[in-house]
Amino acid sequence: MNMVVCVKRVPDTAESEVHIDSSGKGIETGKLSFRMNDADNYAVEEAILIKEKIGGTVNVISIGDEKSDEQIRMALAKGGDEAVRITDPALEGSDGFALAKALAAAVKGMEYDLVLTGALADDDGCAVVGVALAELLGVPHAAYVKKVEVLEDGKRIKVGRELEGGLMEFLEMDLPAVLTIQTGINEPRYASFKGIKAAAKKEIAVKSVADLGLDPSEVGEAGSWAVLESFSYPVVGEKAEILEGDPAETAAKLAAILKEKGLV
Amino acid sequence: MLFELDEEKRLFRSTVRDFAEKVIRPRVEELWEGGEFPYDIVRQMGEMGLMGIPYPEEYGGAGGDYLAYSIAVEELARLDGAIAITVEAHTSLGESSFYYFGTEEQKRQWLVPMAQGKMLGAFGLTEPEAGSDAGATRTTARLENGQWVINGTKCFITNAGTEITGGVTVTAVTGTKEGGKKEISTIFVPNGTPGYTIAPKYHKVGWHASDTRELHFDDCRVPEDNLVGVRGQGFKQFLSILDGGRIAIAALAVGQSQGAFEEALRYAKERKQFGKPIGSFQAIAFKLADMATNIELARNLTYKAAAMRDAGMPHSKEAAMAKLFASEANMRNTTEAVHIFGGYGFMNEYAVSRFFRDAKILEIGEGTSEVQRMVISRALGL
Ligand SMILES: Cc1cc2nc3c(=O)[nH]c(=O)nc-3n(C[C@H](O)[C@H](O)[C@H](O)COP(=O)(O)OP(=O)(O)OC[C@H]3O[C@@H](n4cnc5c(N)ncnc54)[C@H](O)[C@@H]3O)c2cc1C
Repeated sequence: MNMVVCVKRVPDTAESEVHIDSSGKGIETGKLSFRMNDADNYAVEEAILIKEKIGGTVNVISIGDEKSDEQIRMALAKGGDEAVRITDPALEGSDGFALAKALAAAVKGMEYDLVLTGALADDDGCAVVGVALAELLGVPHAAYVKKVEVLEDGKRIKVGRELEGGLMEFLEMDLPAVLTIQTGINEPRYASFKGIKAAAKKEIAVKSVADLGLDPSEVGEAGSWAVLESFSYPVVGEKAEILEGDPAETAAKLAAILKEKGLV
Repeated sequence: MLFELDEEKRLFRSTVRDFAEKVIRPRVEELWEGGEFPYDIVRQMGEMGLMGIPYPEEYGGAGGDYLAYSIAVEELARLDGAIAITVEAHTSLGESSFYYFGTEEQKRQWLVPMAQGKMLGAFGLTEPEAGSDAGATRTTARLENGQWVINGTKCFITNAGTEITGGVTVTAVTGTKEGGKKEISTIFVPNGTPGYTIAPKYHKVGWHASDTRELHFDDCRVPEDNLVGVRGQGFKQFLSILDGGRIAIAALAVGQSQGAFEEALRYAKERKQFGKPIGSFQAIAFKLADMATNIELARNLTYKAAAMRDAGMPHSKEAAMAKLFASEANMRNTTEAVHIFGGYGFMNEYAVSRFFRDAKILEIGEGTSEVQRMVISRALGL
């Protein structure tokens, strides 16, 4: 099975404060640490599990500057084979659709049966890229996948999709296909020291938009459907009421308010 | 000179940190309270290659260097010193005797499973009557019909009594040199050898989950081939082993300091008194500034000593300096961390109280601060 996994470098904002930068279109990154997008980490693991089970290759793709090599190499260290980094100033301002165009152009040049992406990026939270990528490649997709099983013939897969309320939807799909992987599908491994050493020596092919056969106007703001105008902090409401007490108390107070206002 | 780690080291650090955060953090309190040896964590560390980082792959190791090893020990100690010392004593003391001085066959038989993390190694130097004065060892080994017959007692030996311990490498007097000096040699005693008994775990001030034991040898017989290195070179051998060990102990001190510092920094921002976060009071802010400075210095010195070792340069002095400074800075740092927590810092539930109790041993083990100062002053020609 030839697989492609798309990974993204994202800021680790769990423990740090986030501030809007002076351009108004980004956040201050100086004090933030970065890591692989959580869901992508699961996608990498799923690809490597499949490779270990039935054989095949895992190609890693990332869009970003050279700092993304760290996340790419982590995927290689865990068992990825080859890697492409798409780096081009023209990509600045791209929305998920434009990014998917660049990824699709890169994936088209590869032999692939299965493309795995994370379901959602932790930074912008759009959940668009994987699905758009499938459309651009003209192959079926399943989103929020929490179970993958390769069927006997190796030409089809059975996937479980996460629905609301803990429900799962199972379906069979023909390959090639794109899956957007949800966190919790597996237990991502830790790279071994040997794997890290080997990954540090691997070549990462760097490609510009032109290398992929795209015109710069197809990406960036010009090639996007959505353009980011600016970030702003949510306005602090005048009437915010903070409920205090233990969870049971606050829940009871909240329920009372909702009932009183006729909202439930 | 930018003092930046290369990409391989950065990846390695983030992997170990990630592992520590996800696997060790949720277990820290239980390990401290129960003091049970964390077999499952050790197994997982073995799979990741953390139980033999600086040894070549052909001997089951990860083929890394001392700097990578120091980084791993630091990251483990940032959350749990007991786990870090388990790795440290295993790697710097237990395995190194085989790697540096063992025969090819000893390496195959003992180093390989140890480096793979399937077996734990221990090194027994200290005795009730021979601590800082390690040459005063009273344990004896006499050669009789192709076997060493060992008699004596070792104390405070890390990793000696776990279910996966392969054995202990002990120093023993094997004769008298010309001029009446003791001839000291190093001999490996597998666990389970008749005549070798291991006392129950000590109750320690800190590092509860690490395995520390008193060992008794009573006409304990092992094959002559269990001599590790050259007969009569035991003293020299452990001095060179301790050079490496001190770098790793320094890294352990940096990690414990970092862990305590992060707790204190967060608390200083959260805790309010007189209507303000206590970190806004200069008296508290300056403590944190000093801690951060000490950690930076200790880390740089530790990495420098490790890099010198990796480059094959003499580094006894730098290793002693790193161990001395990092462990003493850690004692101050953890004391201040408790202070910043006020009364809460004196409560067992708070991580800083554990870091505080784990700190003192680092000024003692693998050579007390006085011993480090002796090594440094000797290097200065005094
Ligand atoms: C948790 C733990 C784990 C350990 N693990 C191991 C292990 O795995 N293997 C092992 O072999 N040992 C181990 N040790 C032992 C440790 O290395 C010794 O405790 C240490 O070397 C000090 O020896 P001592 O306890 O006999 O103290 P002593 O040597 O009796 O020292 C007592 C005090 O006197 C001072 N002193 C001694 N001589 C001088 C001098 N000439 N000038 C100035 N001051 C001096 C010392 O600095 C110290 O302050 C461990 C100890 C502990 C607590």
